[in-house]
Amino acid sequence: MSNPTAAETLKQTPLHGAHVALGARMVPFGGWDMPVQYSGIIEEHHAVRKAVGLFDVSHMGEFYVSGEGAAAFLARMVPGDVLNLPVGKCLYTQFTRPTGGVVDDTIICRFADRFLLVVNASNIDKDWAWLSEHKPFDVTLENESPETAMIALQGPHAEALMREAATPGIAELPFFGVALGKVFGVDVAVSRTGYTGEDGFEIYLPNAYAERLWHGFLAAGESYGIRPAGLGARDTLRLEAGLPLYGHELNDETTPVESSLAWTVKSEADYLGKDVIARQKAEGASKKLVGLTMQGKQIAREGYLVFSGDRQVGTVASGAPSPTLGAPIATAFVAADAAGLGTTLEVEIRGKRFGATVGRTAFYRRAKA
Amino acid sequence: MIPQDLKYTKSHEYVRLSGDEATIGITDFAAEQLGDVVFVELPEVGRVLKKGESFGVIESVKAVSDLYSPIGGTVVAINESLNDEPSAINEDGYGDGWIIKLQAASEADLADALTPEQYQALIGA
Repeated sequence: MSNPTAAETLKQTPLHGAHVALGARMVPFGGWDMPVQYSGIIEEHHAVRKAVGLFDVSHMGEFYVSGEGAAAFLARMVPGDVLNLPVGKCLYTQFTRPTGGVVDDTIICRFADRFLLVVNASNIDKDWAWLSEHKPFDVTLENESPETAMIALQGPHAEALMREAATPGIAELPFFGVALGKVFGVDVAVSRTGYTGEDGFEIYLPNAYAERLWHGFLAAGESYGIRPAGLGARDTLRLEAGLPLYGHELNDETTPVESSLAWTVKSEADYLGKDVIARQKAEGASKKLVGLTMQGKQIAREGYLVFSGDRQVGTVASGAPSPTLGAPIATAFVAADAAGLGTTLEVEIRGKRFGATVGRTAFYRRAKA
Repeated sequence: MIPQDLKYTKSHEYVRLSGDEATIGITDFAAEQLGDVVFVELPEVGRVLKKGESFGVIESVKAVSDLYSPIGGTVVAINESLNDEPSAINEDGYGDGWIIKLQAASEADLADALTPEQYQALIGA
């Protein structure tokens, strides 16, 4: 079941040794040797929903964009309204192709002098090539991924813990706010963002200080019930929260509107793929990403076929048991005429079909404080 | 520690033979590799299985795996409590987490099954 030779070619984050010391199960992910779980996916999932979880997401990419033409360049690359993004705020958006397909999704954070683009680990090279190819002369693009660690603190107790760990202002950041400050005495950038559906923070820092923050949070968080959480819990948390994963809910052939992300398409600028995407936003697309809640216990997995009567109407994009809901959930691309909320569709699982109810892609929303 | 009174397959099932009744489950090593077991698809009682035949599916949060019978026989019992408590496979795989029982199982089928020592060597424990 294991492949000991593969690990030699995988990249390691600065926290690799800390994961191994905690007894994490390590798996290859996007070219990296990453922790999939420590104590267990379900326990880690509940810890993030009810207390606070700590994630090493140093595999993710960080690009900086600066120069005279930086804002205009990004406005050409994404359908989010980057031109009106205030300093100190972040934006969730996608790099789009002229066809409307998605190169990758990204969080763009605006600082006074530059933009930080956080991109998916497995797409770093692809994104770099895409941005470099379109970059005008008056823009500087820097890839700081290899030197940058990223730690996510997520859950209802994240703010209280951050108040103990950080300089004033950091714990008080608004949702999707970003600032520079110190955490455990280390100079970092922090955004109030995350990939779990909970309140939380993502911290960007030089590799050399990653262990200091990791151990600092684990020690200071003990009284809050902190748990290190792996990629397994990250996936069930993000799926429950309706947050897309590239390669599943997003890909090169599918537009943001088809991925039910029309709400993120806000730009008036002339971005790549605008003619396709703006038309779909106005008129609707022929297929659409929906949420499916299974009526029984069978788990719909990626690639399984979705039926309405005898007609195949779609394909599952992601599927997992939902620890919070206690039922299997999935996302699926289905034909627009089969995508009505409350519709019963069927998913074919090992030759048999099982009922599933169509709903929104966000299965879980945290209660507002 | 892996139990010394069982036989094992390379695909991590165990079999406990008692007369001509065989109890089949998966090893602790396999359960640990899978992580939290969340669903088990069981065969129907009365089904006749050949040695090596797939008789069900076990799912963890992340993965789906087929279950293979280490021995031929007729399914006489399935562990229905796994429908509500699949985690028994993680917690007590050799006891409450058993999966099926076969009758008229033939010991000859186990001629090439792994001994506890061979299984131990396979998993490198």
